[in-house]
Amino acid sequence: MEQGRILKVAGPLVVAEGLVDSKMFDLVRVGEEGLMGEIIEMRGDRASIQVYEETEGLGPGDPVEATGAPLSVELGPGMLEAVYDGVQRPLDKLEEQAGAFLTRGISAPGLDRERRWAFTPVVEPGMRVQGGDILGTVQENEVIEHRILVPPHVEGTIADIAAGSYTVTEPVGHLTTDAGERVELIMMQVWPVRTPRPYKKKISVAEPLTTGTRVIDTFFPLTKGGVACIPGPFGAGKTVTQHQIAKWSNAEVVIFIGCGERGNEMTDVLMEFPELEDPYSGEPLLKRTVLVANTSNMPVAAREASVYTGITMAEYFRDMGYNVVLQADSTSRWAEAMREISGRLEEMPGDEGFPAYLGTKLAAFYERAGKVECACGADRTGSVSVVGSVSPPGGDLSEPVVQNTLRVVKVFWALQDKLAYERHFPAIDWLTSYSLYLDKVTPWWSEHVSPEFRARRDRCMAILQRENELAEIVRLVGLEALSAEEQILMETAKSIREDFLQQNAFRDDDQFSSYREQDLLLETILLFHEKAIEAHTKGASLRDLFAAPVRERIARAKYLTEERLAEFEEIRSDIETQLVGDGFDDDETLVYAGGER
Amino acid sequence: MREYMTTRDIVGPLLLVESVMDVTYGELVELEFPDGTHSLGNVLEVNQDVALVQAFEGTRGSNPAHTKVRFLGRSLELGVSRDMLGRVFDGLGRPRDDGPEIIPEVRRSIYGQPINPTARDFPDDFIQTGVSAIDGLNPLVRGQKLPIFSGSGLPHNDLAAQVARQSAVLQRSDDPTKAGAPLEGEFAVVFAAMGITFEDADFFIDEFRNTSAIERAVLFLNLADDPAVERIATPRMALTAAEYLAYDCDMHVLVILTDMTYYCEALREVSAARKEVPGRRGYPGYLYTDLASIYERAGRVKGRKGSITQVPILSMPDDDKTHPIPDLTGYITEGQIVLDRNLHRRGVYPPVAVLPSLSRLKQKGIGPGKTREDHADLSNQLFGAYARGLQAKELAVILGEAALSDADKAFVAFADAFEDRFIAQGAHEDRSVEETLSIGWELVTLLPRSEVKRIKDEYVARYMTAEEGATA
Ligand SMILES: Nc1ncnc2c1ncn2[C@@H]1O[C@H](COP(=O)(O)OP(=O)(O)O)[C@@H](O)[C@H]1O
Ligand SMILES: [Mg+2]
Repeated sequence: MEQGRILKVAGPLVVAEGLVDSKMFDLVRVGEEGLMGEIIEMRGDRASIQVYEETEGLGPGDPVEATGAPLSVELGPGMLEAVYDGVQRPLDKLEEQAGAFLTRGISAPGLDRERRWAFTPVVEPGMRVQGGDILGTVQENEVIEHRILVPPHVEGTIADIAAGSYTVTEPVGHLTTDAGERVELIMMQVWPVRTPRPYKKKISVAEPLTTGTRVIDTFFPLTKGGVACIPGPFGAGKTVTQHQIAKWSNAEVVIFIGCGERGNEMTDVLMEFPELEDPYSGEPLLKRTVLVANTSNMPVAAREASVYTGITMAEYFRDMGYNVVLQADSTSRWAEAMREISGRLEEMPGDEGFPAYLGTKLAAFYERAGKVECACGADRTGSVSVVGSVSPPGGDLSEPVVQNTLRVVKVFWALQDKLAYERHFPAIDWLTSYSLYLDKVTPWWSEHVSPEFRARRDRCMAILQRENELAEIVRLVGLEALSAEEQILMETAKSIREDFLQQNAFRDDDQFSSYREQDLLLETILLFHEKAIEAHTKGASLRDLFAAPVRERIARAKYLTEERLAEFEEIRSDIETQLVGDGFDDDETLVYAGGER
Repeated sequence: MREYMTTRDIVGPLLLVESVMDVTYGELVELEFPDGTHSLGNVLEVNQDVALVQAFEGTRGSNPAHTKVRFLGRSLELGVSRDMLGRVFDGLGRPRDDGPEIIPEVRRSIYGQPINPTARDFPDDFIQTGVSAIDGLNPLVRGQKLPIFSGSGLPHNDLAAQVARQSAVLQRSDDPTKAGAPLEGEFAVVFAAMGITFEDADFFIDEFRNTSAIERAVLFLNLADDPAVERIATPRMALTAAEYLAYDCDMHVLVILTDMTYYCEALREVSAARKEVPGRRGYPGYLYTDLASIYERAGRVKGRKGSITQVPILSMPDDDKTHPIPDLTGYITEGQIVLDRNLHRRGVYPPVAVLPSLSRLKQKGIGPGKTREDHADLSNQLFGAYARGLQAKELAVILGEAALSDADKAFVAFADAFEDRFIAQGAHEDRSVEETLSIGWELVTLLPRSEVKRIKDEYVARYMTAEEGATA
């Protein structure tokens, strides 16, 4: 391979000459230590290289070695439960090599070369296969069956294939192409991260990705294959929300990218996920998870690469037919990494110093999500849902990353620091958030939740919106200005906020809510609302209605575990018996407080 | 030695040196100016035979033709040793007191290396600071980075000194209803001053002296009249010393960095001199990454006994939390303690604004065994009640006290009492966490019983005495 020489070093950017045969996005090895770098600009015989490791100590004249291959990830058994840095170096292996601190110039392959996997073929010699077809399976762990696929764009007839115990680089068999060429079949695929993996076609999404978070599932649902963003100032709850989705969503595989965020948050996942039980499989959550951890103090260029590394892994599991959810926390740090590199390249800056291509890059990234018919000879579908958090400076949503993201995502979960200060969690603002998948998932709701679910949801949303208008009046002239019915509405809104929307991620009995429970809660809260209005017209005092003992039960209903959902029946009958007219009583002093926004 | 007199340009703190050989990125440089003064510097960029050097101690007295530039072939290092304890250094790690030079055990690059996320141990040991607003609501844990967001004229120094003086880790308790006793352990304070006044620095030194904490403290001082660019190195000097004490000497180290605002301004000065495309308010686009390289050096490492806990102090320009410095800090640190000018005016010390303050590691640091079983519920209740009290107060301002419901009136009374009795305390008052919790419980009795919804009934029964319950 050709060798060049460094001319210039400026932070993570190195300029080298003499790499005339290399191509854009080729991987190179920089300096005596062979630090990983990638060519990101070529002018004449000069290549600009972003280096994935600390560049201190590099200087003009140091060698740069071409590899002729683009920055790629290794895909195959052994990815689950792993923790990688932004360029797929396994962090646990690096720790074994170099200790607690990340030193330069260390590396290890993304997939373990020694480990053996029990491979069971599903095809036989003589069968025709094409790219994406399943050759066989490896039970990677108790949860995930790893389907070994024919690499994209490869086609031919199976010559031989055998069950057995293999490493990821040993051939499990061979195929013969139409041209008569013999191709070795190994379990590992290598794929360039910046190139989307192929699929047959995208299909319109209709099934919600259930997350167990009520405000999301009921009010602003995400779909299998859908895209969402969570913008919010620090401390508003982006990371906790993303961790909740990683824990409780019904995706089969979870890719979590800690992109330029805190080291301790990664440690938290690493310590907690092996302990937590996946509600679907009963196995530890970590078994379905791949972590990409390029924290804020790790090299900035590798942070830029980390989202591509993550999404390529997600596509690979999608190609096996799985529903994958990928979380990027935070996409702003990725954008800032782009900005930093772009600044060093002395590119013409756009808004707030971000490169002019920020929007294109964000769109291209989110476009890699979706539900697809997998590229293969069979009928197989898989999906990648993407959830990106955005960290706008000062919480200002008009900044470029939020704005460019909103152009492409279909779900917007707006976090509000005011709600977070009141410890209303998740602090997702129900008035400004939206999901454009609402109508698409309604048929699924009707079939799988209840035919009334959508109507209940809309009714509650209308009550919350009305509350907001009325709160303005209360603020100006006081509660007395409201009619009795409006006062009941204010109470119901408070109940929706406190007894439904608020959900404590740190309480075992609250962190996950099934759709069934969500529907029952809505039904109960609305039943109280109607019965209160009815009882009031029959003469019950507002004070008595609001002090009805059943309200305590409604408030605690969200803590009912799945086995105890039958108790909703009792709550309903309590409502029926406690909310009755009891003659005329005009004492309408109110207990409503708080909640105006 | 490679020495050159080939400086072409001097712009602010930067020198462009030509015809150099074998210079590397980040390399340490020694500059000798015509008037005989010296400055240390480092290489910010090297392009073929031209090096861009940042002079930590300024370029005053320099002249392109007569400045000697020596490239030292290593990066900026600090020689560390246990003997640093009790000593005062300047912003570049040279003794500033009358003591002897340190004979280093080892020399380390001040830039450190990132902790591998798999090697981190999660911070979950409660630190009792003796300050109710912190211990009760936003507890600090070992290995956390918890900044104080303050403003000019607010008593952040007093609070930081109080935390440094009183901090103690508690023994694990087998009884969920009792917190453990304070634990003796190897404890050190590393203090880095960046751009603060002599008087402010002196306050800390006095504090440490008076409590004889000075023997287990290491001080790095870059004061207001010291070279600004040196400040870029100062926190890294301090953290290099802290890492040595924590990971080589098994000590629990509290690092106080003050004032991060001046640090960021120094960074901005260099960035402006380089004519970089500025981010918000003229601060460089890489400010987040740069700050992270400081704050992320807090933590615990598996298999090592020591830890690094950081309490950075920053004064928010204009008390504005959305200013890039507090904003980016909050995005990196594990919470923030926000000081409030109105509380301060009303004489509440420490003037901690409870609602915007946050400790993200709270869940991990409290509860049975660590503090007490009722801690989490009680703090949620206090939070919620205080937030509602403040809301009701706002309402009363518009509509008049009379317009409030009875419940709201109770919340208003609660909010006032909460500020006076829970938040406010003496600068030398060291409250045990159990004392803090009992004050909390006394305040809960001011609320109507039906509003005490966030606390489990069994805790109400156990911790709210019958007598108190009756007055509710
Ligand atoms: N659903 C939730 N339940 C309980 N607490 C929450 C929830 N979401 C956020 N929090 C609280 O808010 C803090 C900040 O949340 P985090 O997700 O880290 O914010 P961000 O990532 O937006 O900075 C957490 O440490 C926790 O105390
Ligand atoms: Mg976060």
